[in-house]
Amino acid sequence: MIQMKEKHQSRSLPQLDELYKEIILEHYRKPCGREPLDKVDFCAEGMNPLCGDEVKLSLQLKDNKISKVHIEGHGCSISVASGSILADMLKGKTIDEAKNISNCLKNIMHDKETDSKIDLGDLEALEGVKKFPVRIKCALLPWTTFEEALIGHEHVEIS
Amino acid sequence: MFDVNKIRKDFPILERKIWGDKQLIYLDNAATTQKPKIVIDAIVQYYETYNANIHRGVHKLAEEATAAYENVREKVKKYVSCDSNSEIVFTRNTTESINLLAYSLGESFSEGDEILLTEMEHHSNIVPWYLLRNRKKVNIKFAPITDQYELDYEKLEKLITKKTKVISITHKSNVLGTVNDIKKIAKLAKTNGSILIVDAAQSAPHMKIDFSDLGCDFLAFSSHKMCGPTGVGLLVGKKELFEKMSPFLGGGEMIRKVTFEDFTTNDVPWKFEAGTPNIADVIAFGVALDYIQKIGLDSIYKHEIELTQYALTKLRKFDFLKIYAPADVNKHAGIITFANPVVHPHDIATIVDQEGIAIRAGHHCAQPLMKKLGVSATSRASLYFYNTKDEIDVFIGALQKAFDYFELGACKELKEKVGERISK
Repeated sequence: MIQMKEKHQSRSLPQLDELYKEIILEHYRKPCGREPLDKVDFCAEGMNPLCGDEVKLSLQLKDNKISKVHIEGHGCSISVASGSILADMLKGKTIDEAKNISNCLKNIMHDKETDSKIDLGDLEALEGVKKFPVRIKCALLPWTTFEEALIGHEHVEIS
Repeated sequence: MFDVNKIRKDFPILERKIWGDKQLIYLDNAATTQKPKIVIDAIVQYYETYNANIHRGVHKLAEEATAAYENVREKVKKYVSCDSNSEIVFTRNTTESINLLAYSLGESFSEGDEILLTEMEHHSNIVPWYLLRNRKKVNIKFAPITDQYELDYEKLEKLITKKTKVISITHKSNVLGTVNDIKKIAKLAKTNGSILIVDAAQSAPHMKIDFSDLGCDFLAFSSHKMCGPTGVGLLVGKKELFEKMSPFLGGGEMIRKVTFEDFTTNDVPWKFEAGTPNIADVIAFGVALDYIQKIGLDSIYKHEIELTQYALTKLRKFDFLKIYAPADVNKHAGIITFANPVVHPHDIATIVDQEGIAIRAGHHCAQPLMKKLGVSATSRASLYFYNTKDEIDVFIGALQKAFDYFELGACKELKEKVGERISK
């Protein structure tokens, strides 16, 4: 989890604070998972044709657990932060655990019931996105791409 | 006398408040413009008083509707200064106009024939030609742009060959705002015997267009980008070429005679208007044309240049912003596209939206151009004659808030990052 810096922003637009939580901005500034992998077990490329955001996700497995995640591409703060949180959170998780987290985030975005036992960590900061419906796709892009990587698809477009 | 405050009263939507108390500031006019009340009223009036299908009915309503619809054709002819050798076809939008051309002209093309486009085209002037390539194995070439965001005319000339059947080019780029020298290209096209198509979606709403003087063969534009309703596109073209072309869509109205064996086509322009057209919106578009002409295209152009100049002066104070436009404001009036490598255009658009300001963020349906510019997305503010300097001031203030929010300009580390990436 990203270490929070001292509060240092001039928050002149309070209604935006729910969308751009400090954790989101921190992940955006210093995204996790930017180290390329020496061995790739699963990978997929995702894009949001609406805005041109692109993400390439690679996973390395060891002992049935995700050992390393590499994520690259370009996008807005929400999509980059979501990808960074993904890279940070999925390390050390089994595929099933990772899938559960992904489902949980999707349910939150679409205002459905979620499994309260799952620890969402920094992902909780993304909850504010659901109040900005056009940005939900940004938050979900890395996770949709992750799911596609698992089923072996090389390319996914979300619509 | 051009009075922007008086003009604004013609547009009911400009009274709209966003997010409670924020006055709407609409700066997404390159996507679509707002509609004056008289245009909206024309649609209501049609449906309330003379709604009928056109051309075939003998009753009074049909006669009135047909006359009103066909009258708009004459208005369009005057608007673009057509001569008697030209015709107007109503389509759904600029995209459909270009698809019609790619399909119908393309029927006579064969493998190896060439289509010349430019790097600054909207997807609507790229994809129809890719579809033609699938059918006819034609080759598609792109004339490059210079580092000044203008068309490279020398390179364009070199790309024209004996096989170049069509040169299809935007009059004014929807991203860069660059206005291309169509007369210059028309000379090249004519010498070579190529058909010249001009996408005027971004120019027709803002500047005087003289179809005969431009020297192109076809001109396409949309009603909704010039105060008219959505769902009406225009295709101006030389009658002689229209007559030689295959029909596009088949059905009622485009035929002269249908038997169990075959059909013959109607005269131009109806040959290209299959099925019941968008009668109400065509008629309302006629009202929009009258409205624009009453304000005057010279006044509109002058106001937009002044406003663009004003906005640019203010925007340049953000020294970390890269503005994608020719240096001469006369060449890109009304469209300002910008980006910086730190705050993504989507984030900027969301933040200024909170202030009631509508701008565009993304690839603007010009992904190949974005690739050429080396960005995945940009922000675009696009103006029309009802925008004001006060609105620009609020917009600049909102941008400042967006950059403050992301600490751009305050955070040393980020500023260095920006400087480094811009210098690349």
